[in-house]
Amino acid sequence: MTLQRWRNIINALMFGLTAACALATVCVLFWILGFLIWNGGKSLNPAFFTQLPKPPGETGGGMANAIVGSAQIVLIASLIGIPIGFLGGIYLAEFGMGAFPFVVRYTADLLNGVPSIVMGLFAYSIVVRPMHQFSALAGGVALSVILIPTTIRTTEQFLRAVPQTLREGALALGASKWKAIVTVVVPAAMRGVATGMILGVARIAGESAPLLFTSFGNQYWSSSLGQPTASLPVMIFTYAISPYADWHREAWAAGLVLLAVMLLLNISARLVLSPGVPRH
Amino acid sequence: MMGTLERSTIAGPPAPNPGAAAPDRVQPKLKISQLNFFYGAYQALHAIELEIAANRITALIGPSGCGKSTFLRVLNRMHETVRGARVTGDVLLDNEDALAMDVSKLRRRVGMVFQKPNPFPKSIFDNVAYGLRVNGTTGGAHLKEAVEHSLRRAALWDEVKDKLHKSAYDLSGGQQQRLCIARGLAVDPEVLLLDEPSSALDPIATAKIEELVFHLKENCTIVIVTHNMQQAARIADDTGFFLLGKLIEFDKTETIFKNPAKKETEDYITGRFG
Repeated sequence: MTLQRWRNIINALMFGLTAACALATVCVLFWILGFLIWNGGKSLNPAFFTQLPKPPGETGGGMANAIVGSAQIVLIASLIGIPIGFLGGIYLAEFGMGAFPFVVRYTADLLNGVPSIVMGLFAYSIVVRPMHQFSALAGGVALSVILIPTTIRTTEQFLRAVPQTLREGALALGASKWKAIVTVVVPAAMRGVATGMILGVARIAGESAPLLFTSFGNQYWSSSLGQPTASLPVMIFTYAISPYADWHREAWAAGLVLLAVMLLLNISARLVLSPGVPRH
Repeated sequence: MMGTLERSTIAGPPAPNPGAAAPDRVQPKLKISQLNFFYGAYQALHAIELEIAANRITALIGPSGCGKSTFLRVLNRMHETVRGARVTGDVLLDNEDALAMDVSKLRRRVGMVFQKPNPFPKSIFDNVAYGLRVNGTTGGAHLKEAVEHSLRRAALWDEVKDKLHKSAYDLSGGQQQRLCIARGLAVDPEVLLLDEPSSALDPIATAKIEELVFHLKENCTIVIVTHNMQQAARIADDTGFFLLGKLIEFDKTETIFKNPAKKETEDYITGRFG
């Protein structure tokens, strides 16, 4: 009787403990969300999306330049990172046997774990220093280096999930290996691959560290991709550590906008994936 | 297009074959001699000698792991997708060296249907049109005609004619397999290899496949691997029995089942092992 009771107590205790931890996770998330919506929502207005930042002391203003800047930098990063990651992923999944692919895979995983600020340093030395200027281009390069390893690995994984029988079916009809990959394997995996890409883009869109000394920042519109360019994450950083209450409010608003973008990207990724990867 | 051109040059009376052992016999569609197959160091097939006649159904039977599927895959060189696979010996397709010719060309002439239906994640139409498109046919009218013709040959047309642009995955397993046969037929192959095409299907779907395969031999040479001896007995003209990587016996189906020459064949047929 005592043993049975003891077991029941342990059982209830452990259930309570695990549930409490799960609850804590959700609580933290909603706490952050609530904080952002509460603080950001108060200072979010149409001007935030349409106006340039105002100097400290003046109220109002917005972050239109940072929104556009972020879009530019992420676009540059995607244009570099997605094709390289995608084609590299095809190589790993379809031709990847032996020592070289092993090295590529290992390196990609290693790159994935490198702190993002190091990618910033890298882009600083290969783009900013030769150009003698911070630029959207440099920021794009820094973010692309983060995007490549995630894209290459997710592409590889989803291509590998395509049944071998589909490849054989295409080859048996006289298709070359490349033709089979392009016309059958990649389309079959495209949903998963696209999801991986979207999630990768969502991740880099929120990075601030690699941009600090690559795209830097700008209180005005940048006239070209070769100029210092504002971005939302860096704006949040700059504004949050400033001593001005107005800027703090703007930082909250920027945080909320960034979160909304992330949420949108994540939801679209889920929508893309929802009917499931074609299975056999 | 290439496929049909090839065919027309081959059609007609068989060319005299001075090197053949039996000049009085019709030239075989496929002539396999001294075929050995290795996975790395492991030898899966031993000195296979076999002549497969045109416009007949040849069944290959034998217990699991006997090498019959491996053999089948050599005939259109699907084994080349496996690393470490190696072949020695000869496979002649209408007296041409099948192991040396361009592999895409060979596979257009020697099609294959697999054990599990493997339609592409595309529409029914695009599945059947796939082989033609890969081989360069793009013309809309011709393509449509060819797709319908192939679906009719595979006895699937009436079931799918109203939903050609629906996903192939909406079809039942048996329909999917007939779709795969139609897909294979669309490039007008001279030989169609079937690797246990009905092992994943129920008896009714199996019966449909068998009936359709039976009619295909009018225009095509069929080689079918099967686990199902009744199936071999029902549809095959000739049957080969494989055991442990060797072709034990090859003869008319009736002979194999009623009066086999080898004891191993008899033991297998009568269900003493396998």
